[in-house]
Amino acid sequence: MKKATIQLEDLVCPSCMQKIDKAVKSLEGVVKESVSVLFNASKVKLEFDEEKTTIERIENAITSLGFEVKKTQVKN
Amino acid sequence: MQRFILKRKNQIILIDLALIITGFVGKLGFQNEAIFNWALGAASVLGILPIAIQAFQSLKVKVVSIDVLVTIAVVGAFIIKNYEEAAIVAFLFLFGAFLERRTLTKTRSAIKELTEMAPETALKLIDGEFEKVDVDEVCPGDVVLVKTGAKVPVDGHVQAGEGFVNESSITGEAMPVEKSAGSKVYAGTFLENGTLWVVAEKVGEDTTFGRIIELVEEAQDSKSAAERFIDKFAKFYTPAVLVLAALVGLITLDVPLAITILVLGCPGALVIGVPVSNVAGIGNGARNGVLFKGSEVMNSLSKVDTFVFDKTGTLTVGKPEVVDVEFYDEKDSVLSHLASVESESDHPLAQAILKYIGEGKRQPVESREVVKGEGIVAKVGGKDVAVGNVSLMKREGILIFEKALEDIKNFEKKGDSLVLVAVSRELKALFGIRDQIRPGVKEDLERLKKLGAENLIVLSGDNQGTVDLVAKELGLSEAEGNMLPEDKAEYIKELRGKGHVVAFVGDGVNDSPSLALADIGIAMGGGTDVAIATSDVVLMNSDFKRLPYAFGIAKATVRNMRENIFIAVGVVIVLLTGLLSGDWLTMSIGMLVHEASILAVILNGMRLLGFKLRK
Repeated sequence: MKKATIQLEDLVCPSCMQKIDKAVKSLEGVVKESVSVLFNASKVKLEFDEEKTTIERIENAITSLGFEVKKTQVKN
Repeated sequence: MQRFILKRKNQIILIDLALIITGFVGKLGFQNEAIFNWALGAASVLGILPIAIQAFQSLKVKVVSIDVLVTIAVVGAFIIKNYEEAAIVAFLFLFGAFLERRTLTKTRSAIKELTEMAPETALKLIDGEFEKVDVDEVCPGDVVLVKTGAKVPVDGHVQAGEGFVNESSITGEAMPVEKSAGSKVYAGTFLENGTLWVVAEKVGEDTTFGRIIELVEEAQDSKSAAERFIDKFAKFYTPAVLVLAALVGLITLDVPLAITILVLGCPGALVIGVPVSNVAGIGNGARNGVLFKGSEVMNSLSKVDTFVFDKTGTLTVGKPEVVDVEFYDEKDSVLSHLASVESESDHPLAQAILKYIGEGKRQPVESREVVKGEGIVAKVGGKDVAVGNVSLMKREGILIFEKALEDIKNFEKKGDSLVLVAVSRELKALFGIRDQIRPGVKEDLERLKKLGAENLIVLSGDNQGTVDLVAKELGLSEAEGNMLPEDKAEYIKELRGKGHVVAFVGDGVNDSPSLALADIGIAMGGGTDVAIATSDVVLMNSDFKRLPYAFGIAKATVRNMRENIFIAVGVVIVLLTGLLSGDWLTMSIGMLVHEASILAVILNGMRLLGFKLRK
């Protein structure tokens, strides 16, 4: 189980959070209860099982929604 | 391809604006309908592209977002050949988002500044050479070099070197502090002058600075009960509006009406309103040395009606001083015996006496016994010496004569703590010791009252006389002395039981139970680990002045949130009635009002950034 903190470009629209939240939660291997989208900090924090998915897949899910990923930190 | 278009949003906004202006000039200036239709048609198509892409993405994750509704609205308007509406709505939506981004970024700037002060690189000692590395690559035990003009990258102690460090980012103190071998240094502070070799003890998130940043970042996105309710509401609102619009469209067959309903389909102002106030309030606080651990904390603090203070170290300086002295025999010999006995004591009263005596002859101490709660009994230079309170004197059978009794009464009336000194079984001196009240506290307490605090109470382990005097001088409503930590906690429980909202202000070290039981715990320990861990509101440099500031800004933030909710709801009501009551509400106007309301709450939130306490 790994912890990821993904820094995005500034989140501005209220519905952005919902989209990112749903997109990330729908990925297999992401621990749904651990997902939190921080509006003001423009960050996404989550836990995921590295055997079931990769951080790249998670980042892709976000960028394909139209949000730029600025920096990602993955810890154990 | 999609990303290409999404990245060019700003250019699209400009082109759209140009096309719209061209269209209107064409129609109004040159009576040319064709140009009008083509220009606006083009503007609609161009404008809807990014919006449609976003709508598509959102539908892919099964979210019905405002993009979806706006896309349907614009496409709908386009189909019924209402190019004007289509173009303007698309433009306003894009432009509105642009303005929101700018203003929201500004609102979040206070906290951004804080996080940007975090050190990013360090000069780490690797194989005998100092190399520049990412600050994350430094581990506890590593040695880093800090040169003049650089930020200290880690928490640790100085191995060698000396210099002056500006610690204002942690303590708020603007005066640089001298550091040399053995001194502790903190990440995020600034080496103004000198060179330091530092052994790292804590790095990254574990440093004091790192924890402060994490605290502030978490606080800005912590959700109060009200926010969580609004979020839940928002999830249903947008799809509900879509359904409503569809129904209205099918029933009335009034397509423009149905489409206009779509445009109202985002509770944007409501959803952003509270977080915006929150981030501005917390950001302003952080800039001014007050860290709130969340918007719920702000909420609770704003409702506080009773402040309970610990005395020593909170209301008082925490360094007792000798203020009154009476000698009953020759001064010098008494003092040298006294100093010899006290010099091994950690007790604040002993420290006060030693400070008073200063340099001087010390005599050999042959034996020494501490009597708990009363004082010290010792043999110094062959003589029996007893130093302590009245109980100790009674225990040792030392006579307290008339004059001394009178002096004792006088000192107690003044609020002094008493230390009696007896040498060779005779009372030789009486010391009156007081812990001075912190400068400015009286005015700060006045400010608290002005802001709405009803009760100001002091609880202390000191005697009732001292406590009563402090209460009188500071204008407190109640004073309780002789309190053990458990008694203080019990007292707070009772206050809350009576319905008061209680804030406890203490020094964080031995007041944990009280801090935990109060509605709001405020530790005056500055940025120390203990203060950060135990309090709900951290006053960065233990400056008492920050207390009324914290109270003030909590109230202002809560007021601001309410204003925003009011604006958001008010606008929705106005739009709904406008929709039902007449024709003046077109799609464009609806979108304009919608975007304006979002900007209004953001701008209102920004006002909090400039909050200052009125004298």
